[in-house]
Amino acid sequence: MTDVPWLVLMIVVPAVGAAVVAALPAAREALARQLALAVSLLVLLLAVLTTVAFDPGGERFQLTTSVAWIPDFGVDFALGVDGIALSMLLLIGVLVPVVVGASWRDTPLPRPGRPARSMTAFWAWLLLLESLMVGVFAATDVFLFYVFFEAMLVPMYFLIGSFGGENRQYAAVKFFLYSLLGGLVMLASVIGLYVVSNSQLGEGTFAFDALRQLEIDPNVQKLLFAGFFLAFAIKAPLVPFHTWLPDSGAEAPIGGAVLLVGVLDKVGTFGFLRYCLPLFPDASRDLAPWVLVLAVAGIIYAALLAVGQSDMKRLVSYTSIAHFGFIALGIFAFTTEAATGAVLYMVNHGIATGLLFIVVGMVIARGGSRQIRDYGGLAAKAPLLAGVFLLAGLASLALPGTNSFVSEFLVLIGAFPTRPVFTIIATVGIVLAALYVLLMYQRVMHGPPRGVLLVDEDGAGDHDPADHGAGDHGAGGGATAVPERGAGGATAVLEAPARARVLAVRDLSGREIAVVTPLVALILVLGVYPQPLIDLVSPAVEATMSDIGVDPGGSTPAAPGSTGTGGTD
Amino acid sequence: MGAIEAPDLSYAALAPLLFVFGAACVGVLVEAFTPRSVRHPVQVTIALVGTIGAFVATLLLAGTEEVTAAGALAVDGPALFLQGTIAILGALSVLLFSERALDPARSAFVAAAAVPAGSVRDRELATSERVQTEVYPLATFAIGGMMLFTAANDLLLMFVALEVLSLPLYLLSGLARRRRLLSQEAAVKYFLLGAFASAFFLYGLALVYGATGSVRLSDVRVAVVTEGGSALMVIGLGLLVVGLMFKASVAPFHSWTPDVYQGAPTAVTAFMAAATKVAAFGAVLRLLYVAFGTADWTWRPLVYALAIASMVVGAVLGLTQTDVKRMLAYSSIAHAGFLLTGVIGLGPDGTGYGLAATMFYLVTYGLTTLGAFGLLTLVRDGDGEATHLSQWAGLAQRSPLVAALMSFFLLALAGIPLTSGFTGKFAVFRAAIEAGAWPLVVTALVASAIAAFFYLRVVVLMYFSDPAPDGPTVGVPGLPTTIVLAVTAAATLVLGVLPGAVLELAESAAVFVG
Repeated sequence: MTDVPWLVLMIVVPAVGAAVVAALPAAREALARQLALAVSLLVLLLAVLTTVAFDPGGERFQLTTSVAWIPDFGVDFALGVDGIALSMLLLIGVLVPVVVGASWRDTPLPRPGRPARSMTAFWAWLLLLESLMVGVFAATDVFLFYVFFEAMLVPMYFLIGSFGGENRQYAAVKFFLYSLLGGLVMLASVIGLYVVSNSQLGEGTFAFDALRQLEIDPNVQKLLFAGFFLAFAIKAPLVPFHTWLPDSGAEAPIGGAVLLVGVLDKVGTFGFLRYCLPLFPDASRDLAPWVLVLAVAGIIYAALLAVGQSDMKRLVSYTSIAHFGFIALGIFAFTTEAATGAVLYMVNHGIATGLLFIVVGMVIARGGSRQIRDYGGLAAKAPLLAGVFLLAGLASLALPGTNSFVSEFLVLIGAFPTRPVFTIIATVGIVLAALYVLLMYQRVMHGPPRGVLLVDEDGAGDHDPADHGAGDHGAGGGATAVPERGAGGATAVLEAPARARVLAVRDLSGREIAVVTPLVALILVLGVYPQPLIDLVSPAVEATMSDIGVDPGGSTPAAPGSTGTGGTD
Repeated sequence: MGAIEAPDLSYAALAPLLFVFGAACVGVLVEAFTPRSVRHPVQVTIALVGTIGAFVATLLLAGTEEVTAAGALAVDGPALFLQGTIAILGALSVLLFSERALDPARSAFVAAAAVPAGSVRDRELATSERVQTEVYPLATFAIGGMMLFTAANDLLLMFVALEVLSLPLYLLSGLARRRRLLSQEAAVKYFLLGAFASAFFLYGLALVYGATGSVRLSDVRVAVVTEGGSALMVIGLGLLVVGLMFKASVAPFHSWTPDVYQGAPTAVTAFMAAATKVAAFGAVLRLLYVAFGTADWTWRPLVYALAIASMVVGAVLGLTQTDVKRMLAYSSIAHAGFLLTGVIGLGPDGTGYGLAATMFYLVTYGLTTLGAFGLLTLVRDGDGEATHLSQWAGLAQRSPLVAALMSFFLLALAGIPLTSGFTGKFAVFRAAIEAGAWPLVVTALVASAIAAFFYLRVVVLMYFSDPAPDGPTVGVPGLPTTIVLAVTAAATLVLGVLPGAVLELAESAAVFVG
């Protein structure tokens, strides 16, 4: 079974799927999304089979494939995974079908006076994105990694720019340019690495395993490190390179936003672990304090900004920036526990924040507004939705019993021995996390009905929306800008009775339950029993730590307590 | 005083040049002796036979290394590689010239260029279906001049080639059927500034001759090594470089580029952007590497500064453009800077990856930019081509295919991986870093990021904006343009995904004789 090129299949299958979907006529939308679902489920299956074929205790890189690609540049099409990369492939495998389900009924933002656009392209870009995301984590050739890293921008750019919110053009271009700038600076370092390898080995190469063994002059290391670091710090946004993420996260369609913060941005933290630390160990050690300053500043700053957001999608984006700070803290603390925690954090953040984005998307689909102030008292009308919202929020603030607790706790106890000051400051971020999550939850779900639950029919003001008949929500959910309560809204309703908004909020539909269930289950299961995941990533983390000269300590970290323990929060 | 001896000519080695110049001469005769009704197909056929024949001849000659015509011509790897590139770009340009399906008047060229713009006769001609066929011999002469330029092993011959390639281009720039005044202005501007540049080159030639006593590149090299850089020689080299950089549209000698690119018929712009750049860089490489490529003193600071100036000017001024043709002109200036980073990649000991990288970049850039300009000819309104940026809004909804192709070309020009633009950039940057010029590469990367913004702006307009109600229409191209677009798009993709073969060819060709 190990002879099957699983990784190649995981890249090729969604790429072929994307090509097929793109070739469908625009009118065959239903077929397109069914195909997208089928392909993404197939990739999930491949990811699971890949995991089965992977031996956690074996070689560092397994399931390797290597074909000479551009011999003149010494470039190989070389794939292979360690535990860290494999955990990201599993995350991709899980998230993409969920995203397909969550975006099932999405429509592009309608434009006045124009026919509705087809979603076919959305599904094609989504599948292409999946293919490239797999490639970026599976590449073991630095050049190939760079190619996937840059190529990945194109589908995300179109996802945001074609299917995003009102301000999508701005967000798409900002996203692209920030990432491209980082990528180009990294390109200089990539070429620099090649030149160093050429002078040391007599033959230029991009193979990760060969580059890892180079002895690079510390000053050169710092320059090369800076190039990689900038690209990854933009990607995984660390303050102050983060300003593109709130715009992109807010304007992207929900499915795009989930993959953007859930997977795409992880390329940055993955890059720290895979490339910055092993290739430039001296520079990493020397510059770690500065990175930690950025990481901890990000935790506090982004959390404070998140508290102050009025737009739910922006809020979730800011929480992600804070979480990336924790991941960077774990990576640059240089202990095995902290780094293991950081890798778990990458997976868990993808699940928890992914779910939070999806639930927020479901709220927005019902109310048509991203603003917190347009909502209130939803829990009474949609208890299931509120429950999932709460769970996603609690996972996001790392409540014990949820998956994120394990990783956050590991990062903090792992980082404390080497970096006590930074760790203590970072802990404040946990308090702020409780603040932004619970405030949003409380405002949207509890209290008297507000905002979109009400309509000023004949100017009557607040009254129980249940008085009005139930109806189909999909029809009303298309418009994003919900009129402010007041005369304007009332007139609009009076003038267009056919499109009058319906006030009863429907709870989760069968499709939505199916979408959230896998993520809810993962949050709970990984919160209680994270050991399989730890076992999967530990060897790779230890290898990385020994690359930078940190003694792995021999023992794999155990999960910090089981469910319900830990009064640290 | 004895009789002048005719120099030995190796006709076989000159086959590519003979093909093209032969076709050009036959074209002139056809113009004189065949009836108007059959001229167009005959001329197109002759031009295509000449260019494609030349291309095949370069393939057959691959591996030849000889100096002929009493040392004035070097037929070596770089010359043949670049001649082949020019021939194929020339053939594709001829196809673009011959497109008859797009313009309602059946041709993009004015029927009689000498008629004053705006006169009654001019207005009659604008809609007449009379076709200008002199463009084909003119273009063929220009192609021949370009091919000669890359093989010139002698400063005097280089100057002759420069004039042979330039004069037809001045004329071609003034032949647009629409917007006559703009076109004529472009021609005059190009001619005046081009004449200046030629004078600079000639003056530099004279000074170098004064310093070394020879115009032969190999003799100049010997003199450089033995005598070092005298003031005369340094000034001479500087003036020669000015003349060549003008043709390559390198800042600060670029000011003609946007105006000429905008005013010239788009097919001619495509031809100039692609083929002239190859020829000019061919001459730059030969001059700098063969004559002055010694370790003792160096032109590097000069080229370094020009590269930075060109990249910055191209990328920054490109941001402010509102016309697609002008934008692509500034893109061409920025790309000239990227090419110069490759030129820097000549190692101090005369080896290095710079030559192969620059030649590869020329192939990728030439094909991509030809395709991009070719696409511009499709988007039209009642007044000819619609090149204002605002007219491109929402193009993806009118014509998804054209928008997708244009995006692809623009992403290639921006250097996104999996397009030829990326492999080309990678090659030249690698050469420069190997030569220790990493500050230059960092500048180049920042310039790439800035330039990406204006490429992206077009993509944003096409995909994410609503079309204007009275927007342009997208013409259905005839066979010639379709071939050009298919070839250039396929090349842009293949050279991005599987560039191995062409890279290897460039590397094996990267040895100058002389």
